Amino acid sequence: MIEFLIHNTLRQETRLDPNLTILRYLREVHGKTGTKEGCASGDCGACTVVLAEPGDDGLRYQAINACIALVPTLHGKQLITVEDLAQPDGLHPVQQAMADLHGSQCGFCTPGFVMSLFALGKNAPEGGRANTVEAIAGNLCRCTGYRPIIDASLQALEVMRQREWPADTFDADSVETRQRLRKIALGPDQSLHDRLNTSHLPTTADEVADCLERHPEARLVAGATDLGLDITQQHQTVSRLIHLDHVADLQAIVFDDTSIEIGAAASLTDCHATLAEAFPDFGQLLDRFASTQIRNRATLGGNLATASPIGDTPPLLIALDATLVLRRGTRQREVPADGFFHGYRRTDLQTGEFIERVRIPRKANQRLFAYKVSKRLDDDISAVCGAFSFALDPASQQIQRVRIAFGGMAATPARARACEAILGGAALTGDIIEQACAALNHDYSPISDARASQDYRREIAGSLLRRACTRLQDNHEPLTVTDYA
Amino acid sequence: MEARFKADLVTGVTRGKKHESGDKHVTGAATYVADRLSFANQLYLHAHLSDYAHARIKAIDTTTARSMPGVAAVITAEDVPGALDIGPVYGGDPLLARDVVEYVGQPVVAVAADTADQARAAAHAVRIDYEELRPILDIREALEREHFVLDPHRQERGDADGALQRARNRIDGELEIGGQEHFYLEGQAVAVMPTEDDGMLVYSSTQNPTEIQKLVASVLGIDMNAVTVDTRRMGGGFGGKETQAAGPACLAAVVANRTQRPTRMRLSRRDDTLMTGKRHPFLARYQVGYDDTGRLSGVIIDLAANCGYSPDLSGAIVDRAMFHVDNAYYLGDARVTGYRCKTHLASNTAFRGFGGPQGMLVIEEIMDRIARGLGLDPLEVRRRNYYDGAARNTTHYYQTLEQDGLLDEMTTQLVESADYHARREAIDTFNDAHRVLKRGMALTPVKFGISFTTTFLNQAGALIHVYTDGSIHLNHGGTEMGQGLNTKVQQIVAEVFQIETDRIRITATRTDKVPNTSPTAASSGADLNGMAARNAADTIRQRLVDFAAAHFRITPEEVAFWNGMVYLRNETMTFEALIGLAYQSRISLSSTGYYRTPKIHYDRDRAAGKPFYYFAYGVACSEVIIDTQTGEYRLLRTDILHDVGQSLNPAIDIGQIEGGYAQGVGWLTTEELVWDESGRLMTPGPATYKIPAASDMPSAFHVDLVESRPNPEDTVFRSKAVGEPPLMLGISAWCAIKDAIASVDGHRTHPVMDAPATPERVFWATRSVSDASTSRPARHAGSERHRSDRAVTE
Repeated sequence: MIEFLIHNTLRQETRLDPNLTILRYLREVHGKTGTKEGCASGDCGACTVVLAEPGDDGLRYQAINACIALVPTLHGKQLITVEDLAQPDGLHPVQQAMADLHGSQCGFCTPGFVMSLFALGKNAPEGGRANTVEAIAGNLCRCTGYRPIIDASLQALEVMRQREWPADTFDADSVETRQRLRKIALGPDQSLHDRLNTSHLPTTADEVADCLERHPEARLVAGATDLGLDITQQHQTVSRLIHLDHVADLQAIVFDDTSIEIGAAASLTDCHATLAEAFPDFGQLLDRFASTQIRNRATLGGNLATASPIGDTPPLLIALDATLVLRRGTRQREVPADGFFHGYRRTDLQTGEFIERVRIPRKANQRLFAYKVSKRLDDDISAVCGAFSFALDPASQQIQRVRIAFGGMAATPARARACEAILGGAALTGDIIEQACAALNHDYSPISDARASQDYRREIAGSLLRRACTRLQDNHEPLTVTDYA
Repeated sequence: MEARFKADLVTGVTRGKKHESGDKHVTGAATYVADRLSFANQLYLHAHLSDYAHARIKAIDTTTARSMPGVAAVITAEDVPGALDIGPVYGGDPLLARDVVEYVGQPVVAVAADTADQARAAAHAVRIDYEELRPILDIREALEREHFVLDPHRQERGDADGALQRARNRIDGELEIGGQEHFYLEGQAVAVMPTEDDGMLVYSSTQNPTEIQKLVASVLGIDMNAVTVDTRRMGGGFGGKETQAAGPACLAAVVANRTQRPTRMRLSRRDDTLMTGKRHPFLARYQVGYDDTGRLSGVIIDLAANCGYSPDLSGAIVDRAMFHVDNAYYLGDARVTGYRCKTHLASNTAFRGFGGPQGMLVIEEIMDRIARGLGLDPLEVRRRNYYDGAARNTTHYYQTLEQDGLLDEMTTQLVESADYHARREAIDTFNDAHRVLKRGMALTPVKFGISFTTTFLNQAGALIHVYTDGSIHLNHGGTEMGQGLNTKVQQIVAEVFQIETDRIRITATRTDKVPNTSPTAASSGADLNGMAARNAADTIRQRLVDFAAAHFRITPEEVAFWNGMVYLRNETMTFEALIGLAYQSRISLSSTGYYRTPKIHYDRDRAAGKPFYYFAYGVACSEVIIDTQTGEYRLLRTDILHDVGQSLNPAIDIGQIEGGYAQGVGWLTTEELVWDESGRLMTPGPATYKIPAASDMPSAFHVDLVESRPNPEDTVFRSKAVGEPPLMLGISAWCAIKDAIASVDGHRTHPVMDAPATPERVFWATRSVSDASTSRPARHAGSERHRSDRAVTE
């Protein structure tokens, strides 16, 4: 059985297909049709809803794509949709501003925008244009050109700020809501199933290991941002799922001066602060990783385990010499990220094995540069993603260590070993850089697809390497268009 | 009461009233077709689509599908009781493929089942045996082989060949222009309910309810009077629901008729993008002659459109491309030829601008090339070619311009407000100081002809009831797709009766209320339907005036409506009081209204006439920054000045301008349609097809309406149409990107680049310009060679 709140109503579900998406659940089971399907692939944001869960103090609100999130995710959370926002005295400030400032035209994307802005109001009440653009990067509008939506965000958040606490009924109810959610037992052996399909909801890594040993055919589901596509786009039905949503020890993030350890089921949103502080370029890359809704659900472990050639974190993890702690039953082993990918969508994971955590070493003098090139700046998949880790000898200015990895250049994220061989131990001269760029052609034979041609991929890989080298030489000339607002 | 009389209406015309459904949009209460309550016994429909671009159907095996759970009907072309063809103008669009398939994504079989999942599973279980035929996918091959859906057409003035021979300077060139997926957020959707007397009630997300009515009647072989189509709103249309909503509606109607069960169909994003047509890709070839100041003396332009497998609306779309190949410029002697190439792709269709953008892009490309050849600022060359004065104010199809000085005034104003010249200098300084990043800017005009070029479509109807409490029921033939048409028409009726819009209920567009309507298209929604509604309201108002004059023994001139009140010589009463009195005196309080656009005519055989009632104008200045090492770019600032005559609703008009601009920018930048060598669309959804996101819009975005320039023609409250013209303001961003690329070589070399300007194309164009500047041989002329080696991946 799973338990959750739909707005303020406690709901218990025992018999439901765990493949059911939250969007279909809302529309088909509850007749709540305010939440729309625009793409069913997590790319357009029309289905955005907000989940609230107990945080360290108060509630934590996250916008997610209901179209690819699965119902078991709701366990222990409050589901808030566009129908729930209205206040006793009228519209919610976010709704009021969107309507008054002409933020809707056809109205179909509007519920999604409203929910993204509602979450923004809870998470970054200071508002501002940059925060707004980031919050709605995963919401596509085909009518307005976005300006009135951004204006509405600024106005709504100003209205909220001017109010004494509570700014809305969600604030007013937050203590009670938190208590109600904490009462929901997150004990062992929770599951959701129908006649054919079952989902397990373990709460500890041990339970995950045990469950996966008993059901080696089961699919692990963390954020479902990839698996959800199998269900909504490939129309697969997964007969046994193990949800990692409620496994606290797989979401832990711990770090010291020597390393950062991130639980495989930690969301990219949760990883962001730690990674961005240690490696600013990692943070900037995550800012362009899909959208807020996706980052709220997608996990570091998931991005590795799906083994897509165009996943954005693997090249960075490879360049950083990260290792993966894999677990099967009680046995653990540690493999380098570099050796984890065996082929297109194939990894080193054995039957019954899962990624427990990712360990990123921190090294003296190390600098990470990472860039992605995509057709659209936000909410897009890389044509090429390059990650470059250098350690310079402070005295000689020679390159002591270098690790370079690319996504989008091969069937897996992969190291540029020939290129590294040229740079390793060398002083950074123009000639060396050009030799290193040329070596990329030995390292990779990229393909052409709808995102880019192979020739372009080759050229861009070199461009990104040159850019990294320029940065390494402490040239402060702005080099990316994203440096300009 | 006197105080009220002195105040103005808050929601009449010229007021920036919010969208009539705004509050419902933001609460989720606005209902779209797929949100409608399910009927008991409802069936869901799913189509089995062709996997081949061109193939003969040898056999269709539906045995498995028919035996699957929940399946109620499996239909093929043989099961359509009436006409199979649902082509809107010329025919050629079978509801379900019979004998041959002509594109990947063409519906061949439709399966109805108790649930959508069951219907989809059964549709996938249909097996079709094909004999593959050779497809034609490339527009160049179609053009060469004269593989056309319709005959070529020509517009000609003077002696273009002679003008080119005499010209001091001459350039020839070619430009490939990509198509565009509509990406309305709400996919195609329909719900059909069989009614008694073998009729059908059709809830459709369509811009063209009357055509749906006609085609549903036609495929069922019944009279139009048995079919009612209801459209409350669409989640976006942009032209994509002008003709292509008909397929799902007719399929659902056939099933509903056969099973006598309510039937609905909603296309998934993937099926929608595979099944339905897009903006036409074009191949343009041009030869132009010009003098040393950059002024055109003659042009020969061939416009070839990739129409897909059937004519659909390609006749009128290519005509409009030809009508707009002059944009704002006097072409001199001109020969413009349009070709409508048949390829084995989905049938391309209406999309905001309707061919106009593609035509305009060609002449803007020419302006840039002339400027770079002469070492002039492209803006200077553009202004020198503007229509002006008596000798240079007639288009190549012989329409005389009435407001020929307006665009120049607007340009002057925008040059000032956008600080064009100072920023041009600042950009040059920036470019000198930066090696990798370069800035570019362009200011481009738009002149867009308003009217359906198919003259008979320029008519509309409306229906107004005033109830005894003074509340009003308003209906008209236009459809609401987000553009604010209903809001504007509401404001028009409010203005006539001088009551606030909250007393006027806008209702779903229905073919049983207002018959024989034209599609809501060609930017004409408010012009036509607003005027029809005004006429209906005027009829009732006149009855009220005549009644009041007689009743109160005053003259009609002494009856005045103002802000909810009626002034009767020395006394006043509320609007609703007068209505009550009129009802008791047996005055009719309901009326239809009708409007047809005056003055327009066009002789297509002679390619001459006045196809457009008037023109709408705009100017846009865009500034971009590009990364010469990756081709990535970003819009930094946009300034727009646009002409809507006297605005019916400035807030809605600005929304249309900003949104149109964004859509135009998307078309020319990140929105790239890619097909593989077998004709399968490789970009069938937002994961691969990238419409602009918020960060793609400039953080400095200034839009102004031209003030104090009401439409000289007698349009509704002297307004101008605003739906399509702003899309072409996006061309300024495309030209700005080229300007930034050209800066690599001191603006001496014109970047050869096809549209859209994806980062990849920008990269190669930059490479070829910088190669030219170091006089190395160009390694990558345009992007043709890179397109050919595209292959299937992932």
